Amino acid sequence: MPENPKPQHAAGETPETAPEQTAAAAAVDTAGGAMEPSAVPATAQSGQLPGGPDTVLRKIFTGSGMVSVLAVLLALVIGGLLIASTDKQVAATSTYLFARPADFLAAVWNAATRSYIALFQGSVFNPRGNTAAAQFAPFTETLTIATPLITAGLGVALAFRAGLFNIGAQGQIIMAGILAAWVGFALDLPLGLHLLLVLVAGIIGGAVWGGLVGLLKARTGAHEVILTIMFNYIALYFLRYLLNTPAFQRPGETNPISPILEASAVYPQILGGQFRLHLGFVLAIAATVLVWWLLNRSTVGFEFRAVGANPKAAQTAGINVSRATILVMAIAGGLAGLSGVAQVAGTEKVLTDGVAATYGFDAITVALLGRSTPWGTFAAGLLFGAFRAGAVQMQIQTGTPIDIVLVVQSLIVLFIAAPPLVRAVFGLNPRRKKPARAAKSRRAATTGGAA
Amino acid sequence: MVRVLKLELRGITKRFGTLIANDHIDVVVESGQIHCLLGENGAGKSTLMNVLYGLYEPSEGEILVDDKPVSFRGPGDAMAAGIGMVHQHFMLVPVFTVAENVALGAEPTKAAGFLNLDETRRRIREISDQYGFDVDPDALVEDLPVGVQQRVEIIKALVRNASVLILDEPTAVLTPQETDELLDIMRQLKAGGTSIVFISHKLREVKAVSDTITVIRRGKVVGTADPAASTTELASMMVGRAVSLTLDKEPATPQETTFEVRDLTVIAPNGQHMVDGLSFDIARGEILAVAGVQGNGQTELTEAILGLQDRVSGSVTLDGKELLGRSVKDVLGAGVGFVPEDRKVDGLVGTFSVAENLVLDLYDKPPYAKGISMSPAKIMENAKARIGEFDVRTPSAAAAAGTLSGGNQQKVVMARELSRPLRLFIASQPTRGVDVGSIEFLHRRIVAERDQGTPVMIVSTELDEVMELADRIAVLYKGKLVGIVPAGTGRDVLGLMMAGIAPGEHTASPSTGTQPAATADTEGGDHA
Repeated sequence: MPENPKPQHAAGETPETAPEQTAAAAAVDTAGGAMEPSAVPATAQSGQLPGGPDTVLRKIFTGSGMVSVLAVLLALVIGGLLIASTDKQVAATSTYLFARPADFLAAVWNAATRSYIALFQGSVFNPRGNTAAAQFAPFTETLTIATPLITAGLGVALAFRAGLFNIGAQGQIIMAGILAAWVGFALDLPLGLHLLLVLVAGIIGGAVWGGLVGLLKARTGAHEVILTIMFNYIALYFLRYLLNTPAFQRPGETNPISPILEASAVYPQILGGQFRLHLGFVLAIAATVLVWWLLNRSTVGFEFRAVGANPKAAQTAGINVSRATILVMAIAGGLAGLSGVAQVAGTEKVLTDGVAATYGFDAITVALLGRSTPWGTFAAGLLFGAFRAGAVQMQIQTGTPIDIVLVVQSLIVLFIAAPPLVRAVFGLNPRRKKPARAAKSRRAATTGGAA
Repeated sequence: MVRVLKLELRGITKRFGTLIANDHIDVVVESGQIHCLLGENGAGKSTLMNVLYGLYEPSEGEILVDDKPVSFRGPGDAMAAGIGMVHQHFMLVPVFTVAENVALGAEPTKAAGFLNLDETRRRIREISDQYGFDVDPDALVEDLPVGVQQRVEIIKALVRNASVLILDEPTAVLTPQETDELLDIMRQLKAGGTSIVFISHKLREVKAVSDTITVIRRGKVVGTADPAASTTELASMMVGRAVSLTLDKEPATPQETTFEVRDLTVIAPNGQHMVDGLSFDIARGEILAVAGVQGNGQTELTEAILGLQDRVSGSVTLDGKELLGRSVKDVLGAGVGFVPEDRKVDGLVGTFSVAENLVLDLYDKPPYAKGISMSPAKIMENAKARIGEFDVRTPSAAAAAGTLSGGNQQKVVMARELSRPLRLFIASQPTRGVDVGSIEFLHRRIVAERDQGTPVMIVSTELDEVMELADRIAVLYKGKLVGIVPAGTGRDVLGLMMAGIAPGEHTASPSTGTQPAATADTEGGDHA
């Protein structure tokens, strides 16, 4: 005979335990994960459809926009606490924390809000400006800094939609910068044509550098992450080498810095000379529209998305996966190339080995925050541009180090990479509460049955 | 040793959110009986068994063992109560020996914690001898045929003194011969006092071994049936409406031969000849069914024709044009309709909408695209038409294909491939994991395509399906053609061919003689 079974309440269930048990059972189901209910047509019969190259990364890159917004909020809150922790007033009030906790809390609040207000004033609107132009100057600065972030971010996002992790925006920006700058300072061409050639050279530079990665992957099966990281190094050291050759060095200088680009080769400043904002931002908007159209309305984008979501099915449907890989990396490189052009022909007007700054790497974060959608990436680029632009003002006004912005950026990535964490913090996570309740109700059921 | 155990599920209800997978199900499994749960895919059979096995907690209702209520917190509790389960997908470690697998989870130890497998080996031999399992305790599981692996799973349960054995779709992975052997084993286990819960949707098998049949439809028990009932009656109960199991198709009227395969050889990266010198023809207006146990070169054969295989030699011609060496796009463009064997892997992009999946290989052709600009309106229009024509049950054309049920996903693939004029139609496992109602529909469409004068090649591991659809049957074994036989060849002959024995070689054996004109014995008369 079997062992004495655990006592449980008999057939007549009490009304109040029944719904609780239902919740418990549902919780067991979600928590149990591995077991799929076979009576659920959607999950059991279709099962998990094989996703792209890596399901976890795919989820992170294409998860819901809500998590993005919440991740930014949460990162700002924690960033605020960090700011407060270094504040003198907070330190002072903490010595008599237990005597007058209100002082301490007020000091924390003040420290954080002062810094964020300064950040806002440095990136969007400065009420102390004398003229409207001065008041809105910070916003144009945000847009200027956002420009290379947006275009490079689009490159990362587009490649990701085709299932490729393009870590190579940095190298692509550098190669584009090299070509665009050379055309810009070495050639003497008429107005209009010169800038056009700078633009084309930059796009080609990025596209070739990205396309090579696609070609190598398609032909040899090498992994694009390794390839792009290595290509970043090649591009950076190639740039440093060039800047020490006469062809790229400024005449009479020994510093690694190129001549200033010809006036005919730089982007016009679209809001007049007093602002740095240049044509590159308009091109970034155009690029966003183009990428949206490409992904959602073109056969090429259909191929990219199909290859990204299920390469095996795409291949079976006659889509040339190799071709799509090469093409998407070339287009992604071209988009990053736009960032390189924006840097040399827009913001900097010279070529140095810091031409790409960290835009190529920040672009990955931007694409991540933008969920790999064109307009999401655009918005994320603006946000990061604002952080960068405002950080300087924040340091000047409140003494809060610029690095806090990097911390906030990093926190954003962390939270986006861990959606359950964000949902838990904001109480949106159904999984957190119910297992506890399940255990409780189970206990209740057994004890109730014994009684 | 075998304990008498009466098992009762009373009013079991299992909800997942708003979905009710099991709705007040009552089942009584008497000791020493084979109790069959019959139902379509997704009817809730497996959910019910997972409740019984302690993997799910029921939302309502209770489980009674020998009339005493029990609550299982997990498989461990169920096992302790004498319930064992053999899952559809085996839970074995391939690189372990049989004995190690059987011991796993309840390893017997000697002094100082050393593993004592001798005891396990002894028990395996004992059980193996008792039921004629013919299992060597020291064989590596990965070296064993699927049928034997399944016996290892059964031994695992028996070693733990299971007196109720749950078999979840056990015959899905077996050859007809292995299936018959399993049915014999089930009868022996029953004779030894073990009760068996047999989950299946294959009517022939259910009728062959069951003592009691409980039919489940959409999470509810719709009734019990007598094993003596006809398959048509059972199928109607299962589906909820009258179904005709025998396809009333006209005899084929083959016209000229337009599809020829000559000496086709496909070599795997490891040098193995996956397809080895195949030659066959298909005429217009004819269905050639390729039968064989899974993994005997069927996948490579169809992929080679489509252009998905690299190391291919020989010749494949359609309408006199060579297909080998051309891109998939070219082959599809030559008028080949292709339904891949695993819709989830090869046939659909799960995150794409139904509408997009319906043009997955037509997206760049007019009217769906002009140049590289696609027309969402035209794609939607096409989707609405196909969804109507094929009765695809989907919330909308914009729903992600991955959220549809298996049968509806298959209809999407089928609808896409049959929506253009074809010169050749190839379907691999056209109805795998598809409910009986949809099978009937899909089969009719395939026959309709044949009647329009298209050469049709069906690849199926389901013998019933092969016998149902085929005008001629080609049997593959280890990449080679065992033979091509006419439709109406007996199940036993085909079964032997699937084991590599060509027709004629076995005539010496009296028990397996050819049965003349044993057409479509879906009634399973042999087993009654």
